[in-house]
Amino acid sequence: MTLNELPVGASATIKAVGGEGALRRRLLDMGLTPKTRVMLRKVAPMGDPIELWLRGYELTIRREDAKKIEIVEERGCP
Amino acid sequence: MTFALIGNQNCGKTTLFNQLTGSSQHVGNFPGVTVEKKEGALKRHKGVSVVDLPGIYSLSPYTAEEIVTRDFLLSGQSDGIINIVDATNIQRNFYLTLQLMELNLPMVLALNMMDEVRASGGSINIKALQDELGIPVIPISANKNEGIEELEERAIETAAKKLAPKRLDFCRGEVHRAIHSLAHMIEDHAAAAGVSPRFAATKLLEGDPIMEASLKLSKNELDIIGHVADEMEASLGTDREAALADMRYDYIQRLCAGTVKRAGETKEQKRSVKIDSVLTHKIWAIPIFLGIMLFIFFLTFGCIGAALSELFDMGIAALTDLTAGVLSSAGVNPTIRSLVIDGVFAGVGSVLSFMPTILVLFFFLSLLEDSGYMARVAFVMDKLLRKIGLSGRSFVPMLIGFGCSVPAIMATRTLSSERDRKMTILLTPFMSCSAKLPIYALFTQAFFPRHGTLVMMGLYVGGMLMAILSGLLFKSTLFKGNPVPFVMELPAYRLPSARNVFLHIWERAKDFLMKAFTIIFVAAIVIWFLQSFDFRFNQVTDSSQSMLCSIGRLIAPVFAPLGFGTWQASTALITGLTAKETVVSTLAVLMPAGLAEPLTFLFTPLSALSFLVFTLLYMPCVAAMAAIRREMGSVRSAVFAMVYQTGVAWVAAFCVYQIGRLLGF
Repeated sequence: MTLNELPVGASATIKAVGGEGALRRRLLDMGLTPKTRVMLRKVAPMGDPIELWLRGYELTIRREDAKKIEIVEERGCP
Repeated sequence: MTFALIGNQNCGKTTLFNQLTGSSQHVGNFPGVTVEKKEGALKRHKGVSVVDLPGIYSLSPYTAEEIVTRDFLLSGQSDGIINIVDATNIQRNFYLTLQLMELNLPMVLALNMMDEVRASGGSINIKALQDELGIPVIPISANKNEGIEELEERAIETAAKKLAPKRLDFCRGEVHRAIHSLAHMIEDHAAAAGVSPRFAATKLLEGDPIMEASLKLSKNELDIIGHVADEMEASLGTDREAALADMRYDYIQRLCAGTVKRAGETKEQKRSVKIDSVLTHKIWAIPIFLGIMLFIFFLTFGCIGAALSELFDMGIAALTDLTAGVLSSAGVNPTIRSLVIDGVFAGVGSVLSFMPTILVLFFFLSLLEDSGYMARVAFVMDKLLRKIGLSGRSFVPMLIGFGCSVPAIMATRTLSSERDRKMTILLTPFMSCSAKLPIYALFTQAFFPRHGTLVMMGLYVGGMLMAILSGLLFKSTLFKGNPVPFVMELPAYRLPSARNVFLHIWERAKDFLMKAFTIIFVAAIVIWFLQSFDFRFNQVTDSSQSMLCSIGRLIAPVFAPLGFGTWQASTALITGLTAKETVVSTLAVLMPAGLAEPLTFLFTPLSALSFLVFTLLYMPCVAAMAAIRREMGSVRSAVFAMVYQTGVAWVAAFCVYQIGRLLGF
């Protein structure tokens, strides 16, 4: 499963970060590293980008970039 | 003694900089790029200055801002680093801290927003943090001006004694082994390049091309580095960049586990979620945003700004009259008097009357930016701008372009990537500015009285369409390189501080005044000269005999294929460069006297439409050109913008006229 498929309000743990170059490095630098817990807080009015909650702050990324992040969804209430 | 002030975006860096330096700031660019560099002297300590570096999250080799910061730190221009960290978002902020520490330069950590952490029930063990990191840690609140003096003293002490961080080793296991073997091997190269071996080794391991080039490594050494990295990748089952990012965050997590007690989200963060439930609401977000912008426009161009502008105009007029009176009673040569009054006062005055509008607009913009709302606008609007290779951040400058291109271009400075900034600057002038309205009004009334609204709307939409087409063109040509990824923090909403807002406006005012008294001053004199003399340098009484009109006659044939090859039209377009509304007044002056419908003498409805399209798109006024030059950082780019826009205008008007003729209008 990838991060763009996560439903609003659900949490997940990052498994791997794909992509390359500047984008991938930026994702890693912002703390989207393997084993990190993320929650999908919101989707922008036009359906894209998405708003994440991780490491105690809010981050927004585009869906096409979220697609490159593999996750394991957490079941049950976070 | 010089300090480099470094931190993430939204961590209160500018606020701290303002607290440290007061208003003694000097704003410039880093050489070669349009990344802003602010410098200021400490208020309380003579001979100590601070350089405010761009807000960055990492020292990667990918963005202009990060490269500039790195170069500055490695160049030895600073005696120490003040790293400001947002204590409410400590994990991600420390990520940069760890990279800075590897530079092995004297460094102190300013732990900002400690008041918010405490207020929400959290705590941070400063002593433990300090011992663990091996650098001085000073809790501060930049907003409330707390802890600043202690920060200054500790920073000066650290730099004077050249106290480097006591520990550089954050790594474990495979990464540790790899970094250390590389650091050992390249020690001599690093010393020769003036870089800490630890920093060099880490960057080499990350595969950083800039570091590879600057160390002048041999082929053999590069092979060994590749081998070490491969081995590390193989045993960790991940690639080098991920391995190092993981190493840093892993250390940070252990560090925070022992020193930071968090009570979940802070009050400010909880409040932000509530505010966002309205401001980025699925349905209401866009109407609210448009409403806010409309309100700001109304206040700026309709209400406060207009009133202030009028007042300002009156002041300028009074000053002009006064000077004119003094000059004539002193018996000054009439030509000189005309130069001062008709040239300098009229030219610079007309531009200066923009000033109140610009300041009012920047007051609101700075509220939007400092409160954290601008990041939400980018979030909401991103999808619209992505197709032309920009991000949501460019939306606000472009919108301001409908008011006036000058503040719009100046507003691009808040964009965090140089590429987006340049592209936005090139596209913004296509947003039809309010100074063009009198031209549209005059022509639609004369030629399209029944379809006025339609023509007007068509022009506005046409401008936007041209911006979109240009964006698509630039995306695949000029700005082909990778766009800076849209991975953006949404900071907690905070009340903007009056001090920050004031300093921001003051900075813009200074900027604008400087332009008015340099480029615009010269332009005003040149236009006056061309308007007042003929080619034998005799002063003209009939304006149609002036050099300007001769030039108009000379270039008129260029506009013949567009349907308005008259010298009056081309002269009006030239004077329009001082300010677009001048097109109207020039046409009025140059029209043959005694005609009932003077415009119909020069234009047919079709050529009038073509003329409107041209005025919509051709190069912006001198004030906007000056802003473009300033923000693009080079005359060449400004000339390119000028030529591009005028070229586009010509082609578009040509199409309108020729297709119209084919269709039999």
